[in-house]
Amino acid sequence: MTPSAVALSMILAIVVLGSALGFYAGARYKMDLEQWTVAGRGFGLLFVWLLMAGEVYTTFSLLGASGWAYSQGGPALYILAYMMLLFVVSFYIIPPIWGIARQHSLQTQADFFQQRYNSKSLAVAVALVGVVFMIPSLQLQITGLGMIVEMASFNGIGRTPAMLIAFVLVACFVFMSGVRAVAWISVLKDLLLLFVVVTVGIAVPKIYFDGVRPMFSALLRASPSHLTMPGSTVNHDHAWFISTVLLTSLGGYMWPHTMGSSFTARSDDTLRRNAVIMPLYGITLPLIFLVGFSSILIVPGLKNGDLSLLTVVRKTFSPLFLGIVGGAGALTAMVPAALQILTAATLLAKNVYRPLCAPHMTDQQVGRMSRIMVLVISATALYFAIYSSTTLVALLLIGYAGVTQLFPGIVLGLFSRRVSSTTILGGLGVGVATVAALILGKHDPFFGINAGFVALCLNFLTVGLLNLTKIS
Amino acid sequence: MKTSTRDPVPRPSLGALLYGLIPFIAVCFSVSWWDRLHPTVLGVPFNLFWLILWMFLTPLCMWGAYRLEVTRAEHDRRKDCS
Repeated sequence: MTPSAVALSMILAIVVLGSALGFYAGARYKMDLEQWTVAGRGFGLLFVWLLMAGEVYTTFSLLGASGWAYSQGGPALYILAYMMLLFVVSFYIIPPIWGIARQHSLQTQADFFQQRYNSKSLAVAVALVGVVFMIPSLQLQITGLGMIVEMASFNGIGRTPAMLIAFVLVACFVFMSGVRAVAWISVLKDLLLLFVVVTVGIAVPKIYFDGVRPMFSALLRASPSHLTMPGSTVNHDHAWFISTVLLTSLGGYMWPHTMGSSFTARSDDTLRRNAVIMPLYGITLPLIFLVGFSSILIVPGLKNGDLSLLTVVRKTFSPLFLGIVGGAGALTAMVPAALQILTAATLLAKNVYRPLCAPHMTDQQVGRMSRIMVLVISATALYFAIYSSTTLVALLLIGYAGVTQLFPGIVLGLFSRRVSSTTILGGLGVGVATVAALILGKHDPFFGINAGFVALCLNFLTVGLLNLTKIS
Repeated sequence: MKTSTRDPVPRPSLGALLYGLIPFIAVCFSVSWWDRLHPTVLGVPFNLFWLILWMFLTPLCMWGAYRLEVTRAEHDRRKDCS
């Protein structure tokens, strides 16, 4: 067999095994809307942990983090910081959100706004913002999958057909199985990813430099400024770091699918304990950084830093191991992509289409409608994946800039009695408009500060001002 | 004019919030202090080492917050019963 055939069949075997595990898990339950979206709210500590770990550690952390460590250097450290702090934030807000969701049988994030603010227009707006800004993140997963197939085929399969294959796989997977399958496939994915990251992270510096210490000394001789901020960028300095870490850690649980997966928990204590231990799970991330840093010296001059980890793996290990890395990477992309598609489809059907166009739809019809939306959403993400060329991290940051605009509405909806739906809607509008203007106008970072964070401040300011005028 | 009918949920205690503030200060606001190469620890640049260290210390802080919140919840329940 040729090396590409070995690597590709290994990837296929892993993906098939994972999907089989998922289908098996899903097949034992009757798939109504409640089961499809929140798995009957029966997940204990282990499963919630797997589900949340499954969506937090994605293609972004495998290919994107090593890619930024390679191409940008120091600023990539923001990833390590926010991966701890987002769980700190979740400790305070996610258990009470779960309590409200349980009390009123909520299934989506927009349901939460509907319940707390009693406003149809706000709920529709929240659903749309969520879906729109999940698209870049979904695009990230499909691009990552495409890269894996492209590299494993030794460039025999081009990026576009590779992404088409990825898209079909993910859509089929969601179509058949729902959230329970996703939790099960996470088990396999996390074990494989752990194995791959530990092996590669230790072996690469060892093989090329005889250890971590000589690797860093060689790197410091070659490019002394790469490892501190602003690294190899011009405008990602400490102000950017602080604003980006704040934006992403406040926004970590604002993703509709992340918030939705907390609804699967059995109790609020499960979620609280989960928030305490989750930062430990990030302990593999520094190893991914080591690979990214090593790659600077091993394979210098790559145009696309996101390919650095896969390039080094292909150069260093056998095609079989490349296949295992590729398979782990593929599952890492499929799990969050599936959750995102599932959530976005439910949001569109339940919180946009039903209230606006067909108020008398039954839950069963909504369930059927969601499955059609699965295809619409995956096709949109595929379209963007084919026609754009941004780094994986930049894609995720666009998504974060958008979804974090939901933060004021969530927090005030929990802890304040007074703030009205129009106030929140005003803030959300200002926030999203600012994000669009700054990012599309290429003003990110804005005077050294993350554009999404600027938008969040204006969002809060608007909410404050509107609220003041109403009381007086 | 629609009036909102929601009841606010209990806010986290000040102590629990302070526990959560510690990691924020350590890995976010103090970046200018720790973003440097020296002293290296086991060959790892100081900034990377500092962040790895806090992956272990953050759960400790949050465990403190958890203890506080759990004790408070138990206290509230006992008050409700009496």
